[in-house]
Parts: sequence; C-alpha cells; structure tokens
Amino acid sequence: MTPNSGTGTSATRRLGVLVIVLVISLALFGLQFSAEDVVQGSTVRIMYVHVPSIWTAYIAFFLTAVCSGVYLSRRQRSLAWDRVAGASAEIGVLFVAVSLVTGSLWGRLTWGTYWVWDARLTSTAFLFITYVGYLAVRRLDGTHRQRARRSSVMALLAVLEIPLVHFSVNLWRSLHQDASVADPNAKVKLDGLMLFSLFLGLVTFTLLFVWLVLHRQRTMLLEDSFADRGLDVAIAERRNEAGVQ
Amino acid sequence: MDHAAFILGSWIGTAVAVIAYAAWVLRRGRALSKHASTEEKPWT
Amino acid sequence: MSSVKSRRTIAVAVARKDLSIEWNSRILTNQVAPFAAIVMVMFAFALDNEGILQRVAPGLMWLATLFSMLIVVQRSFTVESADGALDALRVAGVDTGAIFVGKSLALMVQLFVLEILLLATAVVLYGVEMTAVGLLEAFVTMVVATAGLGCVGTLYGGLAAGAKGRETLLPLLLLPVVAPVLIGATRATEAAFGSGGTAVSEGWPWIGLLAVFAVIFAVAGTVAFGPLVDE
Repeated sequence: MTPNSGTGTSATRRLGVLVIVLVISLALFGLQFSAEDVVQGSTVRIMYVHVPSIWTAYIAFFLTAVCSGVYLSRRQRSLAWDRVAGASAEIGVLFVAVSLVTGSLWGRLTWGTYWVWDARLTSTAFLFITYVGYLAVRRLDGTHRQRARRSSVMALLAVLEIPLVHFSVNLWRSLHQDASVADPNAKVKLDGLMLFSLFLGLVTFTLLFVWLVLHRQRTMLLEDSFADRGLDVAIAERRNEAGVQ
Repeated sequence: MDHAAFILGSWIGTAVAVIAYAAWVLRRGRALSKHASTEEKPWT
Repeated sequence: MSSVKSRRTIAVAVARKDLSIEWNSRILTNQVAPFAAIVMVMFAFALDNEGILQRVAPGLMWLATLFSMLIVVQRSFTVESADGALDALRVAGVDTGAIFVGKSLALMVQLFVLEILLLATAVVLYGVEMTAVGLLEAFVTMVVATAGLGCVGTLYGGLAAGAKGRETLLPLLLLPVVAPVLIGATRATEAAFGSGGTAVSEGWPWIGLLAVFAVIFAVAGTVAFGPLVDE
C-alpha cells in the first residue's frame, strides 16, 4: 500500500496552492480594491465570478470536443482521451450551472428579472442541457470502449448542434427587439483595476479548471480499474464454482 | 456596497459549488486509491 | 460489397419493414393519433381563451407533434429489440448507414401522417383559417420539418429507445436538439396561418432553416448512427 493515498502529486499540490492564492487575490481585487462601475454600480462585482465561470465552461467543452475527436481518429485509441473528455464535460456542466445562477442574480439587479429570453441566455441554457445529456449517456452500461465510442460521437454531435441552435435562437430573438430593456450587449467599459480583476478571474478559474480535470480524470481511471477488477473477481468466482482451475 | 446580499451570494455560492465538487472528487480518489495497486496509479 | 445500389435496396427494405409492421399493428392510428388529439384538447383546457388558442395554434400543433414523436420513436426501436432484428442485421454486416436511412424514412412517413391529422385538428378546434398559399406553405413546412425530425429521431432513438432502462433518456436527448425545428416550424406555420398578422412570405426563410437542419442531420445521422448504436 503506497504511502500516498489519493490522486494528488507534488505538482497538483503546488498548483492547488497557487489556485488558492489566486482566489484570495481575486476576492480582494474583485470585492474591494476595484472601483464600482459608473453605470452598474457594485453589481459589476458579480461579473468577476460570472464571466470566468462561463469562460471555463467554454474551455471545458472545447477540450471535451478535442479529446473526443482525437479518441475517434487515432488507431491506438487510448482510453485516457475519453476520460479527460468526460472529466472536462462534468466540470463544464458545473461551471455553466454556476454561470447561469450568477448571471441570473446579476440580471435581477440590472434588469429586474431573473431571466430574459434573449439569444445568449437561451443558448447557454441549451448548452447546459446538452451536456447533462452527454453525462447521462456516459453513465449507460457497457464496456469502457463502448462508453468511449458513444460519448465521443455524442460530443461531436454537440459541436454540430450548439451552433445550429445558437443560430436558430438568434434568428428567433431578432424578431423581438426588446434591446432597450435587457441589452446584454451593452458592454461595461472596464479599465484599470476592473479589467485587471477580470483577467485575474480568467487566469484563476483556468488554473482551477486544470487542477480539477487532473484530479477527476485520475479518479475516473481508478473507477474504471475498480470496475474491471470487480469483473475479474466475478469471473474468478464463477470459475471456482464450476471447478475449473 | 449595495446589493451586498446578491454579490456575496454569487461569490459564496460559486465557492461552495466548486469546493463541494473538489471535495467529492478528492474524497472519492482517496477512497478508491486505498485499494489500488501502484500500477493502477500512473501518477505515482 | 457495399455499393450505392445495394445500400439503397437495404434502406428501402428496412423502411418497408418498419412501415408494414406499423400498418399491421396500427399503433399510430389507434394509439398515437388519439394521444396527439388529446394533447390538443388539453391545450384548450389549459389556455382557456379562444383568441389566444388561435394565435398560438402553430406552436401547439408542433408541440403535440414533438411529444407524439417521442412515442413513435420509442415504438420504432422497441420492435427491433423485441426479436433482436436490428442486432441480427448488424451482425450480418449490413451497412448501418443504410439502416439509418431506412428507419428515418419510415419515421418520416409516420410523423407526416400524424402532422396532417394535427393540422386538421388545429383547423377544427382552434379556428384556424388559411389561404391557398398558406396551405401550400404549411404543407411544405411539414415536409421539410419532418425530414429533419425523422433523421434526428432515428439517431437518438437508436441510442436511447428500445433498450431497457434507457427510455427516459430519449426526451432529454431529443427535445433540446429539435429546438431549431420547433422554432422554425412554428414561425413558418404562423406565417401560413396568418397568426397575429404574419404575412405568408415571412415563412419561407424559416423553411430554409428547417432544410439546413434536415440536411445536417441526414448526413450526421448516416455517419454517426453505427458508432452510436453499436453494442
């Protein structure tokens, strides 16, 4: 039994410490040091977690798509690509959910409502549902290879569907020009410490994402080994019962 | 800071979600790792 | 040897098989169509306002179509797993793309029949009135939308339907993906019905969107069906 029990290595531990330091810095800059926005007031402070969250989700789903593509294209077909795709998607779903909630709170303060049917929000909700479906497909029974193949195809289909839905929703919402009430494209002019805080947020969340993916895909490897071992044990027991040596 | 409830709520909510997930992953990793051999853990 | 001709033969054979099973069992006419009609009636109970009903008739019609589609897709694949027909085909080395095309065609035919019924129901129950051009537009909308629905329904149906414990996955996978069809078909049908003063001409761009959707999923489905459904 190895003394180090867990999915950590010295590299991930160092990364973890760095992330914690960055998070504390982000909190200080985002909540305290940076100024309030001229138009939005203090509500802009929500942006320092909201924007990095959705950014991380996009990175995550992009990684899922790339790893799925690699898995399908390579002859060698190492399952590690599938594991990273799965871990990344799971974390992506987490961050889309976070961004939907924080965005909703921001909307309540800025527009007065928790939800508006504009193109971007609707597409984000669709993104969330799509990858919830992807995760559900990953949990279907089958061998690791079957799961990998199915999931990779699902991920590539998602790459097809997301722009299509986004385009359709854009077309749909362009019929309803309520831009004055809820204009998510009214970009806040960020400069100085505000812009720095935003970038700090992006960097922090990206490194956090890396840390999470590393740990999660290692856990997945352990889960798979465990399942395999369980299968081996079952086969061995069956053999013993049958009296085969 | 006005709307402090919403703003702090967003930050704390985000933190709670992320920390809860990270804790779950780490704990699961630790539990499974206890029964795994060194070959099954290529990062060690 | 998989030539184009043999692929077409397989596709037609699969489509014919599915449709003759349906013809013999009459599930569509005896169970799904009444369900769709009931859904249309329930909308009337829920919305309780004839003016609103007439205005949203296109949306209701297509919602009823999508809900019924879930049942039809499930059915399309339950008949396969009942006697392992699909597995037998694949073990025999039959081209999965051809199977996909065949099943999609059969699904399209069934959905189209359903939509005609729903259109008639909408006209009767919701007081919809159409011009001749409007009727043509509604018809074209149904054809193009159904093409897309048939493809995407077969693709995800293969994965989620039929097999035990997976049926609940079908709505989760299918309904979000058909959002463009719901949006496009409803807008086009609104133009066809003249709901809320929409001009008939405004519908044609939406039919274009439906066509793009159909082409994308016809191609994607033919390629992805095999890997996705492979057990």
